[in-house]
Amino acid sequence: MQTKRTIFRSRGLPYLLLAPQLAITIIFFLWPAGQAVWQSFLREDAFGLKTSFVGLANYTRLFHSPDYLNAMQVTLVFAVSTAALAMILSLLLAVAVDRLIRASRWYTTLLVWPYAVAPAVAGILWWFIFNPTIGIMPYVLASVGISWNHLLDKGDAMLLVIVAAAWKQVSYNFLFFVAGLQSIPASLREAAAIDGAGPVKRFFTITLPLLSPTTFFLLVVNVVYTLFDTFPVIDATTEGGPAQATNTLVYKVYMDGFVGLDLGSSAAQSVVLMAIVISLTVVQFRFVERRVTY
Amino acid sequence: MAAITIENLGKTYTGGVSAVRGIDIDIRDGEFVVLVGPSGCGKSTLLRMIAGLEEITEGEVRIGERVVNRLEPAERDIAMVFQNYALYPHMSVRQNLSYGLKNRGTPKAEIARRVDEAARILEIGAYLDRKPRALSGGQRQRVAMGRAIVREPAAFLFDEPLSNLDAKLRVSMRGEIRALQKRLGTTSVYVTHDQLEAMTLADRLVVLRDGEVEQIGAPLEVYRRPVSTFVAEFIGSPAMNMLDGEVAGGTLRVGGASLPVGVAPGKVKVGMRAEDMRLAGLGETAIPARLAYVEELGAQRLGHFEVEGQRLIAAFPAEQALSDEIALTVDPSALHVFGADGRRID
Repeated sequence: MQTKRTIFRSRGLPYLLLAPQLAITIIFFLWPAGQAVWQSFLREDAFGLKTSFVGLANYTRLFHSPDYLNAMQVTLVFAVSTAALAMILSLLLAVAVDRLIRASRWYTTLLVWPYAVAPAVAGILWWFIFNPTIGIMPYVLASVGISWNHLLDKGDAMLLVIVAAAWKQVSYNFLFFVAGLQSIPASLREAAAIDGAGPVKRFFTITLPLLSPTTFFLLVVNVVYTLFDTFPVIDATTEGGPAQATNTLVYKVYMDGFVGLDLGSSAAQSVVLMAIVISLTVVQFRFVERRVTY
Repeated sequence: MAAITIENLGKTYTGGVSAVRGIDIDIRDGEFVVLVGPSGCGKSTLLRMIAGLEEITEGEVRIGERVVNRLEPAERDIAMVFQNYALYPHMSVRQNLSYGLKNRGTPKAEIARRVDEAARILEIGAYLDRKPRALSGGQRQRVAMGRAIVREPAAFLFDEPLSNLDAKLRVSMRGEIRALQKRLGTTSVYVTHDQLEAMTLADRLVVLRDGEVEQIGAPLEVYRRPVSTFVAEFIGSPAMNMLDGEVAGGTLRVGGASLPVGVAPGKVKVGMRAEDMRLAGLGETAIPARLAYVEELGAQRLGHFEVEGQRLIAAFPAEQALSDEIALTVDPSALHVFGADGRRID
């Protein structure tokens, strides 16, 4: 592909045009990130009276802390389950809508709505639905003999945050899957039908492989989402409990830093998260550009 | 291999739009039939109804002895070549060819034998392990053909398979398709909007217009005796000249000339092929014409004329000199006379 190059007469103008974006990036991203890195080498008392340089002590303590290792495990379970649930659900919806001819735009519009709901509001919504005292779902579940209490049961709590977080993400995935499905020429599926493949076989041998660029992109986006953007959902539903069962890495950063006031450890945790997101991004760019295009 | 019988076939979409109606075609075993017509005439719909990709709302399609109306595409024992080839982009050429056989549970050794055989016939053996995107348009076309022939189906269906190729490749692929079909002897239905492609490929032509059959016949038969002005103007290049005329007392008056004809009196349309036109000799009935411009085709030159405000094209040998005012004539036997409704009446 040929890129069009614009030639600027003065050397200053391009920099001037870039300046606002650069300023935002520097002030709101690079600077705090740099501060976090610096902070992660420091140790501060709870009242902020004394700060001392401790080198990598925050990190070594972190990786020896059972709480942190637990948070990692929780995050892994949470991220994988949420991404899987959100993607499978949205793919099913997308396939269903793709089969419609007339009403598909209506369904698409309706299915996109959850994305517009603020994460904290979504969290509250699910909190109400599943509230063991006043919620409708525990009542319904109790009538079929399932006792639900996410305030006491670790499994219930995890399930709740997974459902709440996945629900938010389904809309986003759905849109991409619908677009992906519509970009597969109908003649391919027709050719496969003539070639003797039934609907299920067609889906798994033709549609799914051709969707793989979309699927891979969404996988990375969803994992990043569950790792970093699910703070409001967790804060509004379980607050990391019970007994740390839903305390993910990003929620722990907040708890340790702003609630526990252990700023050094919190900063170290942020740096670890930063490293994770950077490596995920690298993986995405490498893969998307190479393997999954046709 | 099988005959295909189409009886009173019709397709009405929900909402009442009728795509095709009242189609009767008997396709003999081993015959190459071309469905031709302008875009929107229903030829693709008709083909897709035979394939089972479009639901039949009226009439019947039989492949061999079986009525296939309610059968899935896979059960109809047909293979189709699509306009955009519809090769599976994530599979190698070999996988593309064997996909249909694998789905039918053909033994591995048999698949390998048939794929190799098809690759040999189509000369695509060298790139069996490539993905479709690594192939040129002509090679993709061959793979699409290969996918059809490995199946050894009762019939081939072609949906404008050459329209994505450049002009030169189109001509050579056309020849190959014809030769291949003759060799395999498989019944074939071929859709195109290109009348030249239709003429050169077909055992029999089916000219479609607005969802109905206008004429069925061997290419030359259709060319020599078009049943209507529509067919006359659609088949043949340049399009047949069509002048307004009037018949009175056994004499046709057209373009300032009088010719004897045996049709009922009244207003008529008179068709004349460009190659049937020639310069009038002394004493011959002549149509006076004014030369507008000349198109040089190399082997011949096409004179574009104006006759009583109507356009007329005549073909001449390359060395023929043409003056601005000229007298043209045509043998009465080469005239095509159509009534006011566009139907042939002579």
